[in-house]
Amino acid sequence: MKKMKKMMALAMAGCMAFALAACGGSSSGGSDKQTEKATEAAAAEEGGAAGGTFKIGHIGPLTGAASLYGLATDHGAAIAVEEINALGGDIQFELNSQDDVHDAETSVNAYNNLKDWGMQMLVGTTTTTPCIAVAAETNGDRMFEITPSASSPTVTEGKDNVFQMCFTDPNQGTASAKYIYEQKLGEKIAVIYNVADAYSTGIYQKFMTEAETLGLNVVSESSFTDDNATDFSTQVNEAKNAGADLIFLPMYYQPASLILDQANKMGYTPKFFGVDGMDGILDMEGFNKELAEGVMLLTPFVATAEDDLTKNFVTKYEEKYGETPIQFAADAYDCVYALYAAIQKSGVTADMSSDEICEKLIATFTAGDFTVDGLTGTGMTWAANGEVAKDPKGMVIENGVYQPLD
Amino acid sequence: MNLLTYLINGISLGSVYAIIALGYTMVYGIAKMLNFAHGDVIMVGGYICFITMNYLHMPGIAGVLLAVVVCTILGIVIEKLAYKPLRQATSLAVLITAIGVSYFLQNAALLIFKADPKVFTSVVNIPSIKLFDGQLVISGVTLVTIAANIIIMVCLTAFTSKTKMGKAMRAVSEDKGAAQLMGIDVNRTISVTFAIGSGLAAIAGVLLCSAYPTLMPTTGSMPGIKAFVAAVLGGIGSIPGAMLGGILLGIIEIFAKAYISTQLSDAIVFAVLIIVLLIRPAGLLGKKISEKV
Repeated sequence: MKKMKKMMALAMAGCMAFALAACGGSSSGGSDKQTEKATEAAAAEEGGAAGGTFKIGHIGPLTGAASLYGLATDHGAAIAVEEINALGGDIQFELNSQDDVHDAETSVNAYNNLKDWGMQMLVGTTTTTPCIAVAAETNGDRMFEITPSASSPTVTEGKDNVFQMCFTDPNQGTASAKYIYEQKLGEKIAVIYNVADAYSTGIYQKFMTEAETLGLNVVSESSFTDDNATDFSTQVNEAKNAGADLIFLPMYYQPASLILDQANKMGYTPKFFGVDGMDGILDMEGFNKELAEGVMLLTPFVATAEDDLTKNFVTKYEEKYGETPIQFAADAYDCVYALYAAIQKSGVTADMSSDEICEKLIATFTAGDFTVDGLTGTGMTWAANGEVAKDPKGMVIENGVYQPLD
Repeated sequence: MNLLTYLINGISLGSVYAIIALGYTMVYGIAKMLNFAHGDVIMVGGYICFITMNYLHMPGIAGVLLAVVVCTILGIVIEKLAYKPLRQATSLAVLITAIGVSYFLQNAALLIFKADPKVFTSVVNIPSIKLFDGQLVISGVTLVTIAANIIIMVCLTAFTSKTKMGKAMRAVSEDKGAAQLMGIDVNRTISVTFAIGSGLAAIAGVLLCSAYPTLMPTTGSMPGIKAFVAAVLGGIGSIPGAMLGGILLGIIEIFAKAYISTQLSDAIVFAVLIIVLLIRPAGLLGKKISEKV
């Protein structure tokens, strides 16, 4: 009897194992078929010409505190993809955008989702901390990655497949110090930075090094962390007591808006100098734009610029999304066009695997004669370490809009 | 002069903590549970006020009143739906439920209001006071916060000591069973406690957002935790204790930032809590109750 039971159990277990295997088999078979179909369709569209439909992934914070940036890069990339597809050329793009809530772990998950979808190139990620995590993955997988806005050098360090469209943090810090020095914007300078954020700390360190070289008088340095980023009365007070006439704010716009407000409540009116993370402050719902009056920042893109490329982009963006594009949107737009230019130049085709495409694009990007003209700069080139070379422009907020400083 | 500025900033921040801590401490004192969703009721209050002012274009005072009404109702509903069925359950079950409610409120706010931070327009239009040739500036919000804190403290003390409902609350907090035997409606008393606590949370939310004008679905969490610390520091269950704990915590936080380190200020705040609890386990003004075995 006992034996019977055992036999039965074994048989049952066998059945179940079989059922499971069958289940797995059929599902993987299904997905194989699907991918087959997809490639067939792509091949049919391609019609034998070079190029084809490339699958581009985008990752950024589409929700959460940094969603303004993620949505901007998403929209910017979408407009570029639309334009390129409308040209009707051999090279067509398909864009898939994923949310990472400005969180490293979520970002890696989003990346894996995109890989399952069949992504061949990545435009992303938008913010620095997640990008460092994702870049390590793309480097291992040999996936070509160009980030519109993750500006820390750690993003590209030691990874030949990762390129940046924005300035690196050190360059922003150095450029800001130089700009303040050359334009004689402040006699006594205070710095407030986020010690818990790689972006903010990166700019801060380079700014300080450059300030020392140039002999800028930095009278107050104070910091905050993400957890106590609401009360800045102490930091602003410190700057005020030190008699600072310019406060450098290497941080994102949300804490910056609080600093502007609290300084105003104290009746303290120094000049404020921000970095590209300050971009977006004017779009905050309910923000009193008068507070940002006279705030200066270095950014490679201004929506009010008069050239045709900018005008065309801004009009399309406003029509489609009902708001003025910020620098991040322009960066993402340029990313897609840089990919387009590189694909044309290197002659890669959509039926190549992602690692083949990656190697060819790396060779193209780092070739000395590869330059891209875009919204955020003309004649942009890339170094082998992934950093972009272009000039920053000084901007000032006047009557609620950005105006060129010089 | 600096010292004075920091002191006033500290009292202002502490006053907000104190008003939030009152909600924690009253609920704990009477229902013997930690309502971790309290911080998120603050956030709801902030959003209600924001909507009233920015979308319905009503004056700030209407926003405050509406926020208080909505939060009071929310507090009663939360209590009825989430906590009342667990009256006989273990305290761990209630604690987990409270954390669940907290997440529910945060995510509901995320769905409704979206994640991008809103800038809150201050409801206080009193201009700042400048003293000593502008060396000492006290903002209108600071004055209102401190005044609101004092008024709430006085009213609440009078309420608990003079009114019938207040006496019932104290009775329930002493001994729930005995209070019921004396004819006190325990469930109703607990509901009223939640209503008052949540109404205060709404005021705290509006004041918090007026002083630090940013509003996100997570706005209430950190102040909520700090206020909980304040309540424990002052002695949880004690109304003057919450007040004292809140203000002390605010002052310690600002002084730690100003004189020690802006980065370590939170660590210092929590370290003070640990030290106080080691020396006085019941908190500064807490009653030492010996458990009968």
